[in-house]
Amino acid sequence: MSIITALFRGRLGGFSLDARFDVPARGVTALFGPSGCGKTTVLRCVAGLTRLSDAALRVDGDVWQDGRRRFVPPHRRPVGYVFQEASLFPHLSVTDNLRYGQKRVRGETDRVAFDDVVALLGLARLLDRPTAVLSGGERQRVAIGRALLSQPRLLLMDEPLSALDRASKEDILPYLERLHDTLEIPVLYVSHDIAEVERLADTLVLMEAGRVRAVGPLADLLADPTLPLARLPEAAEVMEAEVVAVDAAYGLSTVAVPGGRLVVPGVAGDPGTRRRLRILAADVSLRRTATAEGESSILNVLPARITGAEPAGNHLMTVFLALGDDGTGAPLLARITRKSWDLLGLAPSQPVYAMIKGVALLDRG
Amino acid sequence: MDAMTQAIQLTVTLALVTTGILMLVGTPIAWWLARSKAWWKEILGAVVTLPLVLPPTVLGFYLLIAFGPNSPLGQAATAVFGQALPFSFEGLVVASVIYSLPFAVQPLRNAFEAIGDRPLEVAATLRASPLDRFVTVAIPLARGGFLTGAVLSFAHTVGEFGVVLMIGGSIPGETKVLSIAIYDYVETLQWGKAHILAGGMVVFSFLVILTVGLAGKRLDWRRGPG
Repeated sequence: MSIITALFRGRLGGFSLDARFDVPARGVTALFGPSGCGKTTVLRCVAGLTRLSDAALRVDGDVWQDGRRRFVPPHRRPVGYVFQEASLFPHLSVTDNLRYGQKRVRGETDRVAFDDVVALLGLARLLDRPTAVLSGGERQRVAIGRALLSQPRLLLMDEPLSALDRASKEDILPYLERLHDTLEIPVLYVSHDIAEVERLADTLVLMEAGRVRAVGPLADLLADPTLPLARLPEAAEVMEAEVVAVDAAYGLSTVAVPGGRLVVPGVAGDPGTRRRLRILAADVSLRRTATAEGESSILNVLPARITGAEPAGNHLMTVFLALGDDGTGAPLLARITRKSWDLLGLAPSQPVYAMIKGVALLDRG
Repeated sequence: MDAMTQAIQLTVTLALVTTGILMLVGTPIAWWLARSKAWWKEILGAVVTLPLVLPPTVLGFYLLIAFGPNSPLGQAATAVFGQALPFSFEGLVVASVIYSLPFAVQPLRNAFEAIGDRPLEVAATLRASPLDRFVTVAIPLARGGFLTGAVLSFAHTVGEFGVVLMIGGSIPGETKVLSIAIYDYVETLQWGKAHILAGGMVVFSFLVILTVGLAGKRLDWRRGPG
């Protein structure tokens, strides 16, 4: 399996970076952490825009840097870089911006074709406009297209949505998800917004003060009791689901997740479609016994096992669960009061029923 | 050809040649001053700016000595140009290039600095080599600086007097430029001719400043398409 192996160590100004990680070179890998934790610096090092002497980088078997011995300059690295601000060339038209990188890739056939990018990112209307009249969201879409057309083997995105307002963000996210589904280019995605990460990432590199705290599949890290993610007020778990049936009369769909079945709002797609779900810890409560049909308005009551628990603040508990009678299904988080925990006499490894009040479908089917 | 036309023609030729050379020489100097992180770059920056504040006679005096027949530099120049530089057109060109250097370098440096790192980094990630980035990104984005630098260099060369007087003298068709001609007309009490040339210079200078001001605004990328 192709893999990205990175080590970047050194001082930049007053900041000390010591980041190492191995991640699969496929899907979306999010570099996540608070502002100033060094995630952008890591991305710049991967692109070769920042050069540390104590560094090693190997992508798909190719050595891009090996300490001082080998350093491939940025223009010889097959990366596409999307910066926080679109940074379009003001002296070029939208089309010439898009073609800038494409023209410079020699001796390779285009894996990403111009027309495909235009269709994928909805750029057809923009091609003849001067860059100065584009909106923030449009500019960023052009910048993404420009990066894709340089035929990258690795796409680097540095908080591409953070400079945009809420509406533009919502406008672009579906394009990013489509990118994820259509193109087979691995992505390193820097973000400090966990909601964005939950929507897009497959693998997570959790960073803290210039160091890598944890690396792993997103779902595993979100529900890892040793990491700070499960302690966030907006703690949530994501899981992959497959559509089983659609109840058009009620506008609901049934999906299968590891360890159970869930009813989700809307038509989730044809049976067999794969969707990503997010369940907030605050939307999950617990009971000792199953509910009979017609006893509760909550449709999703699933057997699960408690795998752990810890206090969250003064009056709450974060409960770590695994779905299924035997607790071999997908991990899940629940946030309940400490009083409930004691009243129900809950304890690790106990079987319980998780009542799930809200399930969000994250991507478009 | 009468003396007045000859002086105008010589001045324009000198200014054009000087501007051309300055664009070629000044661009790499300005680029280096804008991009380098070397601690001593401001020392070179000060040396390049020196002609701006030095009295032209001081500059002319040292150039005269430097290019004199007894100096190694003068002997080298004589070998290259086939004649001694002082009191020749070639000598005027060399002196003008040095004299007008800050007028070319400063606007270019400002324009290059205003681009910032980002557009060049973007180009690098889009496979553009350093030279490619310079030609396809830096030069177009600094076009306002090129126009300002070229116009100021041209105008400043047209207006020079002290340096020419020191190193060029007043040889008709060779070193007798406009400003010298005006001086000579006044000395010989030919007020009419002095008026024509002097008045012409006032109009020319006004148009130059106006052009730079208007074009500078039009060519600013941050204000939208030019």
